[in-house]
Amino acid sequence: MTDMMHVFEMLQPASLDETVNLMAKYKDKAWVIAGGKDSLDWFKDRVKRPEYLIDISNVKELSGIQDNGDHVSIGPMVTLTELNQNKIIRELFPVLADAAGRVASPQIRNSGTIGGNVAQDTRCVYYRDGFPCYRAGGNTCYANTPTAMNREHTLFEAKRCVAVTASDTAPALSVLDAQMVISRDGELRTVSVGDFFVGPEIDIERMTAIEKDKGDLLVQIRIPKTWAGSKQYFEKVADRQVWDFALVNVAMAAKLGANGAIEALQISCGAVQCTPRRLQDVESLVVGEMPNQELETLVERVASRGAKPLNYNQFKAPLMSQLAKRAIRSLSVA
Amino acid sequence: MAYKIIGKDLTPPDIEAKVTGKARYAEDFRADGMVFVKLLASPMPHANVTNIDLSKAKKVPGYIGVLTADDLKQPKDAGHAILTNKPAFVGQPILAIAAETEQAAAEALDLVEVSLDPLPFVIDPLESLKPGGPNAIEGGNVANRKGVKFQEIKWSGKEFAIAGDETLPKGTTPIDWSFGDLEAKFKESAVVIEETFVSSANAHHALEPRSAAAYWENGKVHVWGSTQSSSFAVPSLAKYIGVKPSEVVMVSEFCGGGFGGKGYAYPVMAIPAFMSKKLGGRPVMMRISRAEEFYNGSARAGFQGWVKIGFGANGRVKAIDAFVVQDNGPTGGFWDFRNFGDASSMVFQPESMRYRGIPVLTNTPPKGPQRGPGENQTANVMEPMMNKAARKLGLDPLDLRLVNAPGGGGKNSKFGEKQGPVTSAYLKEALEQGAAAFNYREKKKTSGQRIGNKIRALGIGQAYHSAGGAGFDGLVRITPDGILHIHTGVGNLGTYSYMDTSRVAAEVLGYNWDRCVIERGGTKANMPWNLGQFGSNTSFTMTRTNYAAGTACKELLLEIGSKVMGGTPDDYTLSDEKVVAKSGGKSITFADAAKKAIELGGKFSGAEVDDALNPMTKASAKALGGTGLVAAAKDKLPKKGVVPGLAAAFVEIELDVETGRVEILDYLGIPDVGTVLHPKGLAAQVRGAAVMGFGLAALERYVYDPEYGRPSIRGLYQAKPPSYLDVPAAMQSLYVKGATDPQNPVGAKGVGEPIMGAASSAYLSAISEALGGHTFNRVPVVADMIINHLNGLAPSHKPLQVNCQ
Repeated sequence: MTDMMHVFEMLQPASLDETVNLMAKYKDKAWVIAGGKDSLDWFKDRVKRPEYLIDISNVKELSGIQDNGDHVSIGPMVTLTELNQNKIIRELFPVLADAAGRVASPQIRNSGTIGGNVAQDTRCVYYRDGFPCYRAGGNTCYANTPTAMNREHTLFEAKRCVAVTASDTAPALSVLDAQMVISRDGELRTVSVGDFFVGPEIDIERMTAIEKDKGDLLVQIRIPKTWAGSKQYFEKVADRQVWDFALVNVAMAAKLGANGAIEALQISCGAVQCTPRRLQDVESLVVGEMPNQELETLVERVASRGAKPLNYNQFKAPLMSQLAKRAIRSLSVA
Repeated sequence: MAYKIIGKDLTPPDIEAKVTGKARYAEDFRADGMVFVKLLASPMPHANVTNIDLSKAKKVPGYIGVLTADDLKQPKDAGHAILTNKPAFVGQPILAIAAETEQAAAEALDLVEVSLDPLPFVIDPLESLKPGGPNAIEGGNVANRKGVKFQEIKWSGKEFAIAGDETLPKGTTPIDWSFGDLEAKFKESAVVIEETFVSSANAHHALEPRSAAAYWENGKVHVWGSTQSSSFAVPSLAKYIGVKPSEVVMVSEFCGGGFGGKGYAYPVMAIPAFMSKKLGGRPVMMRISRAEEFYNGSARAGFQGWVKIGFGANGRVKAIDAFVVQDNGPTGGFWDFRNFGDASSMVFQPESMRYRGIPVLTNTPPKGPQRGPGENQTANVMEPMMNKAARKLGLDPLDLRLVNAPGGGGKNSKFGEKQGPVTSAYLKEALEQGAAAFNYREKKKTSGQRIGNKIRALGIGQAYHSAGGAGFDGLVRITPDGILHIHTGVGNLGTYSYMDTSRVAAEVLGYNWDRCVIERGGTKANMPWNLGQFGSNTSFTMTRTNYAAGTACKELLLEIGSKVMGGTPDDYTLSDEKVVAKSGGKSITFADAAKKAIELGGKFSGAEVDDALNPMTKASAKALGGTGLVAAAKDKLPKKGVVPGLAAAFVEIELDVETGRVEILDYLGIPDVGTVLHPKGLAAQVRGAAVMGFGLAALERYVYDPEYGRPSIRGLYQAKPPSYLDVPAAMQSLYVKGATDPQNPVGAKGVGEPIMGAASSAYLSAISEALGGHTFNRVPVVADMIINHLNGLAPSHKPLQVNCQ
């Protein structure tokens, strides 16, 4: 609460090798910092106090956007502004460009990175305030008591923890079948986006496949061209038009046949569960269908099916349905 | 009247510093040997501190000292302590640690072990009023700094049972007044609206946190602080520190937002002074964090209320019966609740009225005045009800308001419990002129229509705030170089009213503005005793003091003219910065007159002043003695009645029925300000107030967990004040043409507050119109409320629940 960060040592490696070595050396005493938008809040509130900060902003291998033929690679240090304005991304994956352009505020997008945006921690206020909840290693959830204030929390898949993903880009990556390349001790592994985001049923103390204490580092995001040039849609509803997390957001990629019918479609919502939620009921419903008002009505009906609202977030279910409907509606607009 | 300076767009002298970043705010100051303090805040909403163990903290390298409640002589108000051993809200400072660096102070703070014994707490006023309900402060649950002593009031179980869960229970209240025959007027009403409502508390969240620094030297305490008001902050700061006002040297050149929360000194402002004293006078800097600003920066009081309004067939308000339970925080708070009665009586001019109110203590941050305290909550509650009534009566909402609005100068307008007079009122004209400029009648034809998934709707808002005082002092000085120095104790809140009121002295003397210097920014500027820069009061009140000082200066100049050139003062006039003989020929410059004033001494040089002046003004005049012609004067101009700051606003919105998003398409604000002092300044006020109003109406959140008594909105990103994309890029700003306040020498009055309430209530009325007349009877109307309503879902909150939006 004092806005005074703890004392730490700042390390600024200039290469990926050096980064990996530092991570191996300091292990769980180290904290990798990119744009700092999530990290600095933790430090200023003195809830997290790593001894070593590894600032990866000078690591060239982690920056840049490249078209590699069958896929586009994105360095995790690419800023959200860069992602939003990049020509390749805008042409091939507008859903991701749009999502990046709706994160927080211009200032935050100018320094916040795509890596940070996907790896960020949840914004559950109880957890951020340092309550000893499940996610913080404790044995209760303060956001899911009979009187808890949980307007921003989950509709689905609550497993002890009811926190949601705060990322706007995560649902976009989810519908684009992104592959996340993670380094551990210099060894690379590729994780599909579906496995990258993890819910409390897998590990309640982290939100992604990145295991910090094991030296994991996100080194690249690869987007296959499977959905390149498809019809794409992103929309975010928040209290404010800028500098706000989503109440619900939606991302969609769809391929239409020559007759206008939906051949393939992937749709995902953020801020409704711990991970981006693929709307499987919608996806199975729409394939082979013509996008029209009748389909929109059906989509609206099934999009938030199974939602289990908490004390204050029932509004998210209709909002989610409406956003799914609007995504489908976008397909019938010439 | 044709003015030379009044009504012109002058550039405020400090604007360059603000634009270039050179302006120095309280936390920008540094001094040799400065140490830094950090505050340990209560993690509990109500507790007894049973032990403080500093043994580990003291071992931190750089640790210097500690200040606890035991080191201080506290102000009397329970819960309004500077530091406390009995915290009454989460975030209340318990102790301060000083260290060589902020880093070390924070490290040491982590190692302080404080033992707390939790006490019962309450964040919902109604819970405290229940039989056996918890008291926020031991021994009582009701108090207010304006006429309500600390006491315990509990309502009966029967009163709660009769009301049920959806209606406000109505037990005894310390405030209960009425006028007219309420019962008869309700009987003759064509339509009666009766609603229970909730108006949420709202944190001030000033962008500049209330950082402060202090040191002691030669028996005086020097304080750098963040305050809206310069003169007015000095006595209250002196009181907190326990010294005489003359022993305070205060620097307050800039203030990064106050909204009423920095109208005078506040408890934490005294901490550096106390710590410095303990450290032998060493400079102490206390930087306040965003979260600390939330906890210590006060908040607008929340209301749980009930109102019944009777309307005649033509829309005339015949009767208002209003009842307000105020969330007072744990201190004396502010009298927002009383202003509900006053504002309703002013804006709607009811033929009869009863008002009841009770301020209830809670374990939430102290409540203080925030822009339109009480009046703007009133507007937000009442204006959508006007739309509801208009709908029932088959009237246009504008016509219903025109029937009731005070206008025509206010000769027939009445105010408050006593139904006393007002100085001027042109709200009706504001509605008429605003409606014409907004093209209201034309736009209204399609208001409420749905196109695709969007509904366009219009809203009208009105608001009031008492906008003028009297009896303060002015002080001006002409130095031998002929320059006019206008000394002002008005603060620098950002409205530039310090400049806009100072210009009146220059106007009276016929000065060219580039030959005038405003002396301001703290005690070193030798300030006159001015009212605080709050309450929309500055324009009315300090134009009077500057008029008085300018007039006194004029009289002295004429007298000097007669002494130098013969005859009587009546033989002379002022022209072009000279004292000129009316008969022509002879003249002396103001510069020479100033030299003569020094030579003459006595009343001409500040050596002798009117005994009626405030001691602060006298001391300032004395300090300036011998530097030129010094004119200090008390405002003794007549003033009878309330000065009503009034405003109307028009808004057009588009509501997306799928997402609940409300987009503001057009906005027009039109205040009744009398004479415009500064056109650009007024326009900025009108637009800025609208932005803040939209936040109050629909965006800014105030959420507390009832089980832990802790907030979830201590950061700006959580509290959500409006951003630039939440408001239209262009907003229209007008003012009532032809209006003037006869009790102000230049016809001016202020409007900083009502123009916000007019905007917020217009916005809320528009939402109601878009939703076919539905009134939420709850402010703010946040996104989830609209979405739930649109989808036929019950609200997530209970009807009278507080701190939940």
